[in-house]
Amino acid sequence: MTPSPPSDHLSDTQPGSSPPNTSVESQFAYGVSPGRKAFGAFMTTLVVGCALLAALPLFSILWTVITNGVAHLSPRVFTELPPPPMVDGGGFRNALMGTFWVLLLASLISVPFGILVAVYVSEFARDSQFSKFVRFGINVLSGVPSIVAGLFSYGVVVLLMGGFSAWAGGVALAVLMLPIVERTAEEGLKSIPPEIRQGAIGLGATNFQTISQIVLPSALPFIATGVTLSLARAIGETAPLLFTALFNQFDAKSLSDPTATLSVLIYNFSTSPFQNQKDLAWVASLLVIGIILVISIVARRIAQRQAF
Amino acid sequence: MAKFESLSVARWIDRGFYRLTAAFAVGIAGILVWILVTLFQTAYPAIAKFGLGFLFSSRWSVQEEIFGALPLIYGTVVSALVALAIAVPIGVGIAVFLTEDFLPAQIRTPIAFVIELLAAVPSVVYGLWAIVVFIPFVKPVLELVHQVLGWIPLFGSAPTNVGLMYTSLILAIMISPTIIAISRDSLVSLPPQLRQGALALGATRWETILKVLLPASLSGIVGAVMLALGRALGETMVAAMLIGSKNAISASLFAPGQTIASMIANQFGEATGLQRASLLYAGLILMLITLAVNVLAELIISRFQQVEH
Repeated sequence: MTPSPPSDHLSDTQPGSSPPNTSVESQFAYGVSPGRKAFGAFMTTLVVGCALLAALPLFSILWTVITNGVAHLSPRVFTELPPPPMVDGGGFRNALMGTFWVLLLASLISVPFGILVAVYVSEFARDSQFSKFVRFGINVLSGVPSIVAGLFSYGVVVLLMGGFSAWAGGVALAVLMLPIVERTAEEGLKSIPPEIRQGAIGLGATNFQTISQIVLPSALPFIATGVTLSLARAIGETAPLLFTALFNQFDAKSLSDPTATLSVLIYNFSTSPFQNQKDLAWVASLLVIGIILVISIVARRIAQRQAF
Repeated sequence: MAKFESLSVARWIDRGFYRLTAAFAVGIAGILVWILVTLFQTAYPAIAKFGLGFLFSSRWSVQEEIFGALPLIYGTVVSALVALAIAVPIGVGIAVFLTEDFLPAQIRTPIAFVIELLAAVPSVVYGLWAIVVFIPFVKPVLELVHQVLGWIPLFGSAPTNVGLMYTSLILAIMISPTIIAISRDSLVSLPPQLRQGALALGATRWETILKVLLPASLSGIVGAVMLALGRALGETMVAAMLIGSKNAISASLFAPGQTIASMIANQFGEATGLQRASLLYAGLILMLITLAVNVLAELIISRFQQVEH
C-alpha cells in the first residue's frame, strides 16, 4: 500500500498522544494552532461520516433483499412457472433457464473474441501504436451504455431474425462482457514473464505453439477471473434484454424464442401491483445477488492461484 | 520432404493465427463503428424527418407522429449532474479516507470490499430497493426541504413517490464506487516525497491533503468523475423505475421527468415506425454524448499516467 509518511507525530486526530511533541510545542510555542487542529478534526469527522453514509445503503439493500427473499424462498421457485396475479406460489424456472442460456450465448461470443484480441495486443503488437488504439477502443466500448448495446442487438439480430430471441439477448450482453474479458486476459498475458516465451521459442516452438500451449495455459487463472467477473456484470443487466430477449411467461422452446431472464423478471414484477409477483421479485433479487457474490468470491480465489 | 511439409504447415498455422488475432483486434474498432452505423441506419427515418430540430423540440406525440427529445436530453443531463454533485465530494472524501493512513490496513481491506460490493449490486435491484425502502425513507426529508426552501425553484414542487431527485440520489450511490476506486488509485500513485515535503514544511495532515495531494492527483480524479458521468448518463433501470416518465422540463428537481434511457426502456417494446426510429435517434444521441464523455475521460486519464511515469 502507500508508503506511509511518518505522520504520527503531526497527527491532528490525536492531540497530545506523543509527549515529545507537546514538550517541543510548549518550549517554542510553535505548535499547530487550535484553529488548524480543529479544522483537521472537522475534516476527519467529515470523511468518516462519508464512509458510513456510503456503507449504509449497501447494508440496507443486503438486509432488505435477504429478509424479503428468504421469507419467500422455497423449492417451488426453481421448478414452477411464474404465477398469474393473485394466485399463491409459483416460481421462475423459465427465467433461471433463460438466464443460463443467454449468458452461455454471450460467453460463447465474448470469451474467444476477448482472448484473441488480448493475444494480439499482448503477444504480437505490444506497445505498438495500433495496440494503443485497440486499448482505447476497448475502453470506449466499456463505456457504451447498456441500453445502447440492446438497441444495437435489436438492429442487428432482432430485425434480421424477425423476432425477439435468446440469441439477441446474448449478442447484447456479449458487447458488455467483451471489454471485461479482454482487459483481464490482457493483464494476465502481460504478467507471464518473457523467459517462458523465450524458452519455448528456443526449443523450436512456433509462435502459435508457444501461445496456445505455454502462454495461454499459464494465464488461465486470469482469463477465468475475467470471464467470471464479466458474467457477474452480465447477470444483473436488465436494460439490454428488455427488447432483445424480451420476456416469456412460459419456457422458451428454442433459442430463437422470446426468453425470460431473472433481471427482466425482477423489473416486470417489481412494478406489479400483485403481492405474490412482488415477492417473487425479491426472491429473484436474492438469487441474482447471491450468484454475483459467489462468482466474485470464486474469481478472487482463482486470481490468487497464479502460475507466476 | 515430409519434414518440409510439416514445417510449412506449422508456418501457415502461425501466420493464420497471427492474422486471426489481428482481425479480431481490428474487430474492436469495427464493433464501435458497427454500433454507430446500426443506430444511424435504424434511426434514419426520424433523422430525415426531424433533423437537428429533434434536439430542440419538446413535443413527443405518438398520435401526431411528432417527436422531440429536448425533455429527455434535459432529464438525462440534469439527473447525471445532480448525481455527480452528490457523489464527487463523498467519493473523493472516502478515497482520501482509505489512502491517507486514517485506518490500519486490516480495516481498510474490508471497507474496500464493501465498496466493491456496492458496484456489484444490479441496477434493477437498486430500483426495487429504492421503491420499497429508500423513497419512503427519504420522502419526508425532501418534504422538509420543500417546506423550508420551497421559494428556490430547484425545490419548488412537492415531492411525490417518483421524481428526478430520487433517480439522482440512487445514481449517486451507484457511481460512487467508480469515483472512489479511480481517485484512490491516483492518490496511491503519488510520489511519497510530496507528502513528506509538505509534512516537513509544517503542514498538518489535512493541509497536506487539500493543498498538495488533491491538486497533484486532480487529473486522475477528473478522469474518475468523467467515467462516472458516462455511467450515470447511460443508466437505464433506475431512471425507468424512479423518474416518473413525464415528458416535461421542470425547474424543480423534485418533479418527475424522463431520460433518454428510461424513455427507450418504457416505450421501445411497443413502438413501431416513426416512433421506433425516434427512440433509436434518441439512443444515437445518448451514444454520442457518452462517447464524447468517455473519450475525454480516457484522454485525461492517459495524460495523468504519462505525467506519473
